[in-house]
Amino acid sequence: MTPEDAAGRAVEQALAAGATDAEAWAEESTSRRVRVYEGEVESLSDAGGRGVGVRAFAGGRTGYAYGTDLSEAGVRELARSAREAAEVADEDEYAGLPADLGATELEGLASPELGAWSTARTVELALAVERAARAVAGVTQVENAVYSDAQGSVALVNSRGFSGRYRATQAWAYASAFAGEGADLMTGLGVGLGRDPAVLDPEGIGREAAGRAVALVGARRPTSRRCPVVLDAMVAASFIGFIGSMLSAEAVQRGRSLFADREGHEVADPALAVADDGTDPDGPASAPFDGEGSPSRRTALIEDGRLLTFLFDARTARRADRMTTGNASRGSYRSPPSVGATNLIVAPGEDDLEALVRRADDGLYVTDVAGLHSGVNPVSGTFSVGAAGRLIENGALAAPVRELTIAGDLVSMLKAVRAVGAEARWVPFAGSVKAPPLLLEEMSVSGS
Amino acid sequence: MTLVAADLAAHVLERALGRGGDLAELYAEAREGFSLSLDDGRVERPQGGRERGVCVRVVQGESTYYGHVDGVAEEDLLRVAESVSQAVRGSGRGAVTLGSASGAPEHPVRIRPEDVEAARKADLLRACDERARAAGDEVTQARIGYGEVRRRVEVYNSNGRAAADDRTRVRLSAQVVARRNDRVETGTDTRGGHAGFELVEANSEEVAERAARRALTLLHAVDAPTGRLPVVVGNGFGGVLLHEAVGHGLEADAVQKRASVYAGRLGERVAPEFVTAYDDGSRVGDWGSEGIDDEGTPTRRTTIIEEGRLRSYLYDLLRAGRDGVESTGNGRRESFRYVPVPRMTNTFFAPGEATPDELIAGVERGLYAVSFGGGQVEPATGDFVFGVSEGHLIEGGRVTAPVRGATLVGNGLEALAAIDGVAGDLEIASGYCGKAGQSVPAGVGQPHVRIRELTVGGTA
Repeated sequence: MTPEDAAGRAVEQALAAGATDAEAWAEESTSRRVRVYEGEVESLSDAGGRGVGVRAFAGGRTGYAYGTDLSEAGVRELARSAREAAEVADEDEYAGLPADLGATELEGLASPELGAWSTARTVELALAVERAARAVAGVTQVENAVYSDAQGSVALVNSRGFSGRYRATQAWAYASAFAGEGADLMTGLGVGLGRDPAVLDPEGIGREAAGRAVALVGARRPTSRRCPVVLDAMVAASFIGFIGSMLSAEAVQRGRSLFADREGHEVADPALAVADDGTDPDGPASAPFDGEGSPSRRTALIEDGRLLTFLFDARTARRADRMTTGNASRGSYRSPPSVGATNLIVAPGEDDLEALVRRADDGLYVTDVAGLHSGVNPVSGTFSVGAAGRLIENGALAAPVRELTIAGDLVSMLKAVRAVGAEARWVPFAGSVKAPPLLLEEMSVSGS
Repeated sequence: MTLVAADLAAHVLERALGRGGDLAELYAEAREGFSLSLDDGRVERPQGGRERGVCVRVVQGESTYYGHVDGVAEEDLLRVAESVSQAVRGSGRGAVTLGSASGAPEHPVRIRPEDVEAARKADLLRACDERARAAGDEVTQARIGYGEVRRRVEVYNSNGRAAADDRTRVRLSAQVVARRNDRVETGTDTRGGHAGFELVEANSEEVAERAARRALTLLHAVDAPTGRLPVVVGNGFGGVLLHEAVGHGLEADAVQKRASVYAGRLGERVAPEFVTAYDDGSRVGDWGSEGIDDEGTPTRRTTIIEEGRLRSYLYDLLRAGRDGVESTGNGRRESFRYVPVPRMTNTFFAPGEATPDELIAGVERGLYAVSFGGGQVEPATGDFVFGVSEGHLIEGGRVTAPVRGATLVGNGLEALAAIDGVAGDLEIASGYCGKAGQSVPAGVGQPHVRIRELTVGGTA
């Protein structure tokens, strides 16, 4: 069966098995991945995926089942097991399909160019990334140069008459380069993404990986102190992605967010503005509708320093007596929808990186953080994470540093933002985030 | 149950080698799972999954070509094999003859989890919730998770290998939140194994109670100290340190790419003589154990550090071939959607002679790191950073106040060399290890271990 047919049948079968409401998400996709090493193809893959996930409601009880068998019998079995699973759940008065159903018209989610690229051409692209990284003086090795893409279609059908589908494509390339030797080996990551390979800049990606590694050669542990800190765009994006996860109404309602009582309050410096935008044509997480069929939209989260709203799906919205913000997020047919950000976008400011560093005057430029997810307490917001980067002396980048930790708490950090950089970029880790570099007034840096 | 019949498998391998290749492999998997959680006092998210799929891989020289597909339909298998073969530049190879399927050593499953009624699993979660809340008035939230999965795998390759494994894992996890005024703290604990429902049938409320105790303890925590301090690392989950800071650097893919600080150091002394460490995927019933790895190689015990000397790396077939050695049975994959890479199974320090109390008694001022919230390491340098989720001060040879927000920052080689005591209380804990975009169950463990000095980064 096609994904659309399978989703439709699954809903019918779940209702036939006694569900009061049902929903099915089906997908079909193909993906490619090329990894090159030392000028040769190290691995090349070509994959197909297809499956369906069924959510069955029995009054306020919800069950979920997913599987890869899209035959009539397979779909019937899944629908029945979703309905059966619902029996074991406790009653939840807020559970149910959204009232706000529909799709936002979006152009450009799928690029025909992607399918036109032969695998051989994508290999050339990955090789170009690797060559560009190796060409930079000081690079001792390029561990990885990878090109990867995916194209697929999604169909969502529910028992309240919603039926939607869309196609999307995505292409990425990244490289990880080494500079230095032995215990002083440093690594750097370069990354680029877009709707098709034609928009990727292989030389830029390779040079970025190399540049980040080379800049850290000879890094030492700095002395401990409190000082201004500039986070580069990748690091800023990691923090913003984490903050986005704490703005989920689910985390808030379950007492797992430090932002729980802060809606409408000042949580950040006015320089920082953050929005969730599921409609940005360049956003990897953009789609016409969310994971339960509510139309995608843009939601301002932090503006003028105030926290305007949390992110809601239908269930958390009902519980808070609000409207969904279209943030029922769905990783794949293998998981039921849950509240999550789409694309988090930080509004760019005026200053280029050089100006931010100049303003910091005497401080630290952080290009790499490690252990963010284990190092941040999502409830209290306190964090302590490993980092590497460069010292800032007299308003300019100076000696590289590593094996340091930066510590603080997220609310103080948001309020410490003094300037937002002009050069925003998409970073596909920890969700989908577009962020520029950030200048923070002061953070605690611990070294030797 | 047979997912792919041997004659079809042979046909797929021949098709995959249509334009040459040194090795072709067909990996088929049927995965059935069920999970359920309790959150905010409510049983929710009952979820069943039922997946079938195959991965076809051709290795030629230094290159790997592969494809995977959901489902095990004959036409899909042949199409994937054809598509993979198209990427190879060479000439075809002849017929493939498969040996008879070899069974894997069994890890005992006394009670098949899928035979246990879902309502009993829900009751288990409720009992855990109750116990967590009974641990103290300051407990405000408990999240308890139950998961079971059965993975039946079949591996065929063009060297005649035919092997199968039937793996059942069960895991219970608890995350408990405690609050006093503005102070909010979280404690976690897990119990998991390559075993049946019997693993969680008895005394499983202990998991919730331990998580609750951790959260409650942290309410009294003082800010962590900073600086260079002696550190006693707890048993069980404390083994994350070994896993991250040493184990990943011993995985042969990192070593062969010179992306490991341990490359070229076999036979070298890296730790004091009383330190021995293993990776052992054959330990009966442990979380990271399996009968065969995901390339059909039987799992086994590999000594990675023997009396202080670096003894072996961890290999899959591909990397073993390059080094002219045997696979150590560490070719693992998350599912049929991935190719195998060298991964740890259960990795742990062998027990020593000391007692935990003796290790602590020898510290004037230091940190007792009981458990980690996770960590990260750069294998190329061995640099690591770990968040200490449960830690205490050691003052005058005694464990005193709990601390919060501590991180350990250091280097694997330096930390190994600085070990100055190993206790006898080995324990293996259940975790998930992420690498190359793949997450696999990994057992981490150790007895209590003392490190003479590490950089502790705190909140102060």
